[in-house]
Amino acid sequence: MIETVLLYLALAVFAAGSVYRISAWFRHDIRSDTPPATPGARFGAALKGIAATVFSPKLFTLIRVFVMDVLLQIRLLQRSPYRWVMHICLYGGFMVLLLLHAMDGLITAKLFSNYQSTANPWVFIRDFAGLLVIVGVVMALRRRFFGAAPRPLTAKADTLLIAILAVVLLSGIVLKASKITSHTSYLDMVDVYAATFEEEELNALEAYWVDQYHVVSPNMTGPFEPETLEAGEELHEMACAECHARPNWAFTSFAVAKAGKRFALRLDALNFPGLMWWLHYLACMLGLAYVPFSKMFHFFTTPLSLMTNAVTDKHTASPLNLATKQMMELDACMHCGACSLACSVAVTVAEVPNALILPSEKIPAIRELAAGKPLTANRVRRLQQGLHLCTNCNHCTEACPAGIQLTDLWAAVKETVLQKGVPEFLLLSPLSVHRGVTAGAALDSDRYREPLETALGAVGGGRLTEFRQDPQPLAVPGSEKVFALAGQWMQPEAYAACYRCMTCTSACPVVRDNPDEAAKLGLLPHQIMYAVKLRQWDLIFDSRMLWDCVGCYQCQEQCPQSVQVADVLYVLKNQAISRAVAREFAGDRKGVQ
Amino acid sequence: MKRLALFRCCVTSLRLQHYETATNAVLGALGVVFDDVPAFGCCGYPLKNYDFKAYVLSAARNLALAEKKYLDIMTSCNCCYGSLKQAQKLLAEDLDLLRDINGMLSKEGLYYRREVQVFSVLEVYHDLLGAGAIQKRLTATYDGLKVATHYGCHLLRPSNVVAFDHPLAPKKFDDLVALTGAQSVPWEKKLECCGSPMGGVNDGLAESLGRAKLDAARQAGAELVCVICPYCQIQFDWIHARAAQADQADGLPPALYYHQLLGLCLGIDPQHLGLTARQLQATGLQAALRPVAKAPAAEASTAA
Repeated sequence: MIETVLLYLALAVFAAGSVYRISAWFRHDIRSDTPPATPGARFGAALKGIAATVFSPKLFTLIRVFVMDVLLQIRLLQRSPYRWVMHICLYGGFMVLLLLHAMDGLITAKLFSNYQSTANPWVFIRDFAGLLVIVGVVMALRRRFFGAAPRPLTAKADTLLIAILAVVLLSGIVLKASKITSHTSYLDMVDVYAATFEEEELNALEAYWVDQYHVVSPNMTGPFEPETLEAGEELHEMACAECHARPNWAFTSFAVAKAGKRFALRLDALNFPGLMWWLHYLACMLGLAYVPFSKMFHFFTTPLSLMTNAVTDKHTASPLNLATKQMMELDACMHCGACSLACSVAVTVAEVPNALILPSEKIPAIRELAAGKPLTANRVRRLQQGLHLCTNCNHCTEACPAGIQLTDLWAAVKETVLQKGVPEFLLLSPLSVHRGVTAGAALDSDRYREPLETALGAVGGGRLTEFRQDPQPLAVPGSEKVFALAGQWMQPEAYAACYRCMTCTSACPVVRDNPDEAAKLGLLPHQIMYAVKLRQWDLIFDSRMLWDCVGCYQCQEQCPQSVQVADVLYVLKNQAISRAVAREFAGDRKGVQ
Repeated sequence: MKRLALFRCCVTSLRLQHYETATNAVLGALGVVFDDVPAFGCCGYPLKNYDFKAYVLSAARNLALAEKKYLDIMTSCNCCYGSLKQAQKLLAEDLDLLRDINGMLSKEGLYYRREVQVFSVLEVYHDLLGAGAIQKRLTATYDGLKVATHYGCHLLRPSNVVAFDHPLAPKKFDDLVALTGAQSVPWEKKLECCGSPMGGVNDGLAESLGRAKLDAARQAGAELVCVICPYCQIQFDWIHARAAQADQADGLPPALYYHQLLGLCLGIDPQHLGLTARQLQATGLQAALRPVAKAPAAEASTAA
């Protein structure tokens, strides 16, 4: 009775959670360019899109993807045979247990009229499927915690899922094991199937079960007379054999049962099988209710993502559906970490300590953002840095076994986050070329320019435009040791030899490009070299020259004194940025909406 | 010599897929055996502005990966080339930095031993393979095609780091262009920056620098600008798109990847080179292409 209540409760939580989670695909949006639409309109657009796909030749693409990528998981096999074996064990074993064992009343019993959970082949299949899942769990644990580096980052949710699976599986195996040896379980069955037997017959049957089926009885132990066993076998054939396979068919449980045989009587007295049954059942119910709130939800979303992406053309799809698809993709991520292992800039995390540089770690932050949760300024800054410290190499998208179009996701979220007005200094690097090519043409010019101005303003570049009109007397040399961090290769010799011949400035294509613009550059390269000698850091950092430098090395190449002009400029840019980062974000935990 | 690992620049996989197919096809046709190392990451170049050490770390990781597989590196991107070579120089001179970087790499089981060599694909052609080896595989050459050869900054400078060619009067790339029969014309802004690093940072400056180069190439009578670096390619394509928007693209020479130019001479299907029929027409490549005269022995046999 109570278990039925629990089942319906778990199912209700599961259903409500699923509806809530799926509705978020239509309620939330991470793009900044989606035309305004109600969730209902988005839902309608999705239905229209689905209908248009299903009643078109694209249906065959869907079928192919379902078979190849969802059922056989060829994408995963191509990337990593280890993970394929792991995942096939987990998902194959789990599906068999779910459909044939957990839902046996609904499926197995309907399909096979002679179904008995204690008979073969079901005993063997169940045990084998359980073993597969355990193999998968062990492989997952090894991959995450014990394998050779590099290993994927593991969050609490990953460990929790592995733990729930492990509890469900292990409790199932121990439950079966304890039932094999349990005398109480034996008597329960006798009550049902051998109720008409005489005392003597019951003794013979029990002797047979103790001898052959490993029941541990408080009344008798072997060895038994052959006649008793023979009589027992006859009775067994009559009452039990038809629907009870030998326990060794459940080979993992059987092994556990044999190992724990000497505790069997004591445990049976404590109703251990009953306790195990509850543990197993509760773990299953908990797992079921937890599905929509965990990465287990990827049972549904990952196939959906694979199939949707196979038939979606981002250039022709309706913008409403693109917004919905990207929200759904966020739920298709199961944090397997394949993207981060493939990421071209993952190594930089050792020097730029921000886990959100890694693709797999950005997804949870983007989910928060999409749900409209207030993020602290620091989290926005980290997410934004992670989004911009990306070379668009597309490795993450190629590696994702769920087929999530991660590179598109980053591009969409980038503009949304930039609108929060938090300065992003990576915009002042060549990584901006991608934004220039795409957003430069797609956005209106204000929205495109504003983040650049914000970054330049925060870093100080461009404040020094009036220098020529109104020269200030030089201040005392700065005390900051700007070059101290640059390393041995960039010692004072690097610029000390400069005698202000101006060759660097004459060679600079930026200075030569346009006299009007050049007047706005602040200090020019030769002036910067001299300002470094005088340690006039503020003058340098306020010069637009630093950020208009193309890094072409003409200055350095042509310097008669071998001053490393361009590399000095790089050191100064690095320093200007780290000063600005410290200024902007020192202890700032204020929420950003 | 060790085998070569092809170091593909990050920007090609999405924006310049034909760079990958053309590079594969030409290297194949020339018989250059190479390995792909999927674990390669960013060369670090775009991070120089931001965090020099992060740049050196990224570069060193790739160098160490190649060493682990006992490979040398070959790249067609100037920025990857310059950044890997500069990192090698820094790590040779600054042992504290080397120790630090190796400490960080050890988490991935990597260690940079300073044994790997980095080549530009142009060096592989010019210095390792040699003009003769390429010439004998040509099935066609261009007749009367005028090309403005664009080296790109990081192939040449700083010359004490990359040492590819003479920084003020380089010849190697011109020679390789001339190998196709095309005429590598002198032009005014040949060694200047294409402006790409300002793309998305200061678009006005980027456009002005790039446009000046294309105008100079046009003035020199070039029908196309031949590039090797993907960043330069993206930049020149962008200049063209902007010029087309403003209706000023007339006569502006298009930028073509060296492997596209050479690939046609090796008899590679234009499709593998990412060349459409329209492009072949517009660039004058089709019209200028002449089959190579057959060897005397073969000629004699056809005559007989």
